Amino acid sequence: MTKTYPKASRPSLDDVSVSIEKGDFVFFIGPSGSGKSSIVKLMLHEIKPNKGKVFVNGKEISSMRSWKIPSFRRSIGCVFQDFRLLPNKTAYENVAFALEVIGKSKAVARRVVPEVLELVGLGGKEHRYPHELSGGEQQRVAVARAFVNRPLILLADEPTGNLDPDTSIEIMRLLDRINRTGTTVVMVTHDSNIVNQMRRRVIEIEGGRIVRDQARGVYG
Amino acid sequence: MRAKYVLAEMLVGLWRNVTMTIAMIITMIVSLSMLGASLLMYMQVDEMKGHYYEQVEVSIYLEKTVDDTQRSEIKAKLDSDPLVKSVLWETKEMAYENFKQQFRDAPDLVNAIGADELPESFRVALKDPQKFDQINATYAGMAGVDTVVDQQKLLQKIFDILGSIQNLSLVVAGFMGLAALLLVANTIQVAAYSKRREVAVMKLVGASNWFIQAPFVLEAVFAALLGSILAWVMLVVGKIVLIDGKLAALTDLLLPVSWGNVNLMLPILAGIGSVVSAVTAWVTLRFYIRV
Repeated sequence: MTKTYPKASRPSLDDVSVSIEKGDFVFFIGPSGSGKSSIVKLMLHEIKPNKGKVFVNGKEISSMRSWKIPSFRRSIGCVFQDFRLLPNKTAYENVAFALEVIGKSKAVARRVVPEVLELVGLGGKEHRYPHELSGGEQQRVAVARAFVNRPLILLADEPTGNLDPDTSIEIMRLLDRINRTGTTVVMVTHDSNIVNQMRRRVIEIEGGRIVRDQARGVYG
Repeated sequence: MRAKYVLAEMLVGLWRNVTMTIAMIITMIVSLSMLGASLLMYMQVDEMKGHYYEQVEVSIYLEKTVDDTQRSEIKAKLDSDPLVKSVLWETKEMAYENFKQQFRDAPDLVNAIGADELPESFRVALKDPQKFDQINATYAGMAGVDTVVDQQKLLQKIFDILGSIQNLSLVVAGFMGLAALLLVANTIQVAAYSKRREVAVMKLVGASNWFIQAPFVLEAVFAALLGSILAWVMLVVGKIVLIDGKLAALTDLLLPVSWGNVNLMLPILAGIGSVVSAVTAWVTLRFYIRV
């Protein structure tokens, strides 16, 4: 599969082919501009490939009709470097918002949200606003929001990019726990420490091409 | 629950940007009331045409020197003409009586005209008022005939004036409507920008497009409904103050504007206003909120 951005002289992803099994934990690593973030965008259908196909959860999404995209995205959870929380909502409201806007009732939110906040280790801090939480805690809220809908896949685009090493390790433990529930985790990072500690599948991208795909890899 | 959420978001959006909301509603009021006024005028002209063309007549004025043979010749010809529905002979005395009646408010004018100065005439009702030219060709040259006057032509002038007022108000309605649409588009852009974080999260977690767009579209529709109700109130005030008040003397000629027509404007304006602003809002969102 190939993706070239308009006005770019060379493709961002050049004839890349990769398959990730259900339940995997995969790191995409590589320098800035190598094309690893494009993979997350392709999996979310934020961008489309110029050539080739993208299959997610057994469905070809590269040619999906635009009105089907919302329901497709409900099967994917997403975490970003900048957390993307709503500043005027508490931790509880941020997670509940993700449920409400896809049509779940308040009663469902009342049952599920405390549960998932407990799971990410934020029990007791439900009613704090993002600015009253540390960076690591904000990222936990973001993970809770991504996971509350029990997605099949969790995409994490440099989730530890804004966190100190200790906090990063805690977030990784959390993602590992989520992976053990059967959720596929795809994580884009350039944090060598984390990759080396986790010893999971590592796919290294450079200049838009896969240069390494190792089952229990290190950052190298 | 979802409906409540969408409605609450709509009201918050309108209130957050309240000066723009007011500007949007005011331009909508002006453009919709102009549109309503020109529609009313259109219906009015239609009714007036029906009303007056029923009684429209061709007047054949006779010369002062006309003699009995000429008069009875014209009369016989009119009676046997297939284009003619009915004929009324108006003598000088009858013409003077009518004249006195019509200008009873102006005694000076009445006193200045002598009883036998007005011409006698035949008042001819036509089966088809459009066939005036044929009548004119037949009778204008007959001995004893002075002039043949088509009242329809006089009415046509009044209708032309009404028509150009109507066109003018349509043009004004068009320009104000355009301004209203641009304001709607701008308001929606500002609303979408101020909620960009929420929108980004909603897209990320897979909220459906209608759910993301509905509050914005409803903002525009709500403003349009409010604008059309106020525009209708303007029309009602216009009817009471202008048509039934200041211009009441003219309604003998212009026919009164009926309440039925004025009330009919409410659903028409509300329908046009809300559909047009909903479409504008939706199109704006297509550019600002991509999937």
